[in-house]
Amino acid sequence: MALIQASNVSKDYETEEVTVHALRRVTFDIEPASFVSFVGPSGSGKTTLLNLIGCLDKPSSGQLIVAGTDIATLDRKGGAAFRGKHLGFIFQDFNLIPVLTVYENIEYPLIMVQNIPPTERRERVASMIDAVGMSAQAAKFPHQISGGQKQRVAVARALVTHPALVLADEPTANLDSQTAYTVIALMKRMRDDLGTTFVFSTHDTKIVGEAEVLFRLEDGRLATGQGSGEAPHV
Amino acid sequence: MFNLFKIAMRNLIRYKRRTLLTASLITLGVVFVIVFVSISGSFKAMMIGQITDSMLGHLQIHRKGYVASIDNLPLNLNLPPQAYRKIAARLATDPRVAAFSPRIKFGGMFSNFVETTNIRLNGIDPERELQTTPLLTARIAEGETALRRGELWVPVLLAKGLKVKLGDVVVIVATNADGSVNGKQFTVSAILESVTGPGGRDGYLHIEDAADILRMSEAEISEVVVRLKQFDRLDEARQHLIRETADTVDKQGRPMLEVHSWEQLSPFFNIASMIDVMTFFIKIMLVAIVLISIMNVMIMAVYERIREIGTIAAIGTPPGRIRTLFIMEGFCLGVIGAVVGNLIGIGLVVVLNLIGIEFDFGQQKGLLLTTTLDPMDVLVVSVIVIAVAVAASLQPAFKASRMEPIQALRHV
Repeated sequence: MALIQASNVSKDYETEEVTVHALRRVTFDIEPASFVSFVGPSGSGKTTLLNLIGCLDKPSSGQLIVAGTDIATLDRKGGAAFRGKHLGFIFQDFNLIPVLTVYENIEYPLIMVQNIPPTERRERVASMIDAVGMSAQAAKFPHQISGGQKQRVAVARALVTHPALVLADEPTANLDSQTAYTVIALMKRMRDDLGTTFVFSTHDTKIVGEAEVLFRLEDGRLATGQGSGEAPHV
Repeated sequence: MFNLFKIAMRNLIRYKRRTLLTASLITLGVVFVIVFVSISGSFKAMMIGQITDSMLGHLQIHRKGYVASIDNLPLNLNLPPQAYRKIAARLATDPRVAAFSPRIKFGGMFSNFVETTNIRLNGIDPERELQTTPLLTARIAEGETALRRGELWVPVLLAKGLKVKLGDVVVIVATNADGSVNGKQFTVSAILESVTGPGGRDGYLHIEDAADILRMSEAEISEVVVRLKQFDRLDEARQHLIRETADTVDKQGRPMLEVHSWEQLSPFFNIASMIDVMTFFIKIMLVAIVLISIMNVMIMAVYERIREIGTIAAIGTPPGRIRTLFIMEGFCLGVIGAVVGNLIGIGLVVVLNLIGIEFDFGQQKGLLLTTTLDPMDVLVVSVIVIAVAVAASLQPAFKASRMEPIQALRHV
């Protein structure tokens, strides 16, 4: 069964004067343990789609099922609980909590979201911090590490809760190309090790090639991939 | 909860200057309240002590209607001897009562053989009276602290007006209950200062002399003054005495006695109440300081951390936890302000005691104010500050918890 099932998903934004069609009848499936990328120019609907998959927003029409749940049925509290249980997020600007150390940033969702007991928490954080190669920087604060290191911490934070799906919106946009490759390679390795599905958006043509499944978005429509009339790039 | 506390403290440290300024403002407010409460409370307690311990006692028992016409000092409203004996027997065995003293009060003429004026007289049992109002002798400006038969303590106002000195012989003339007049010579053994000011015209003589002048075969008591072991249980003791004396009835079967506390007998109670009102308003000011400063800081904190709120909401932090996180910050600010403020306030109270504050009260000169601080006051101020700090954080905290993560993440 597909981890994500999108069926004729549309998203419109009403302004005072016009209606913006951010997504138009998008249909696709994403299987578990996939390494998927949505590509497209700015304004093509990548972020809108990731926000919908991430239960941060709701479709105007159509059905979007993530991990067996129709996200349109979730209220604010239910959405938070769903995200905490099933999803991990990696942001373009890293979005680490500045008052917490590297270790504490990774530990944060286990305490604040999943209420994991201390012993298990320590084991999981130690394992994840080691997996992303940040053990030596565990006690440092975000302002004391580089952009690539921050994104590695963000990857660890997203994976430490053992989510089924990690969403990354332009995860390499603020990194140099070498670091970007390192981060993408890390994400791929984590997918291989943990079986987590990764869905990320990018407009970096060099990174696009790292995706195993590729969807191209143009003006809110799927230009290539499932539902576009063309097979997705594998 | 510890992790919430840790994050809250780190967020406060993150904005050092702002946190320092806000905490200082709260601290200053707490210090001001602590010192004010301490000084005003001690002043009030000292004043009440002066009034009750040198004149009024804690409670007084009278015949019904006596207090209403106390300006006339009516002899026909004195207690019958058997009624006093009953009261005395009960007071002697009451565990709440430390001491009691009967008084015969009457108005009379005071003459130095050249001039005559009116005087209010208190016939007292010296031993009982000093146990009940131990500061009475502190009012003696000149003379002996022992009151024997044939001696009179004269208020300073009359002594000066009639140029009476210690050892002078004076005459007291009084009208008896049956309308006849009687007089008796006394030796002035002490000049007595008034508690409340220069208007005092109260003299003291031995209770047996008072009964002689008034031609009472057995002393008919005007009032019984009671000193309690625990002053802070005044109301409870008064209610107990009212119940205990309810079975003393007049010929019509109605209760004969009234029990009054010092609060009902002294106009100073209104001043004491004013001190309480001032203290209340000072606390209101503290509430306003804490409320405005913390609300301001927390609104700023939410506004500056919108993206951060979006991040923690996006990764699944429940709205309740986000709310608690911000409330915890306000709570921590309140605790810091309360703890530091209390410590500095207590330190200042100690310093004030070392320096010593002197003041005058009525004719009492050079009273040394010993400032004390009731632990309950410290607790109340701390609870107010912390509760208001939490209350001030509620609105910003709710705002943070209700933010849509998608909009918060877009915030620049």
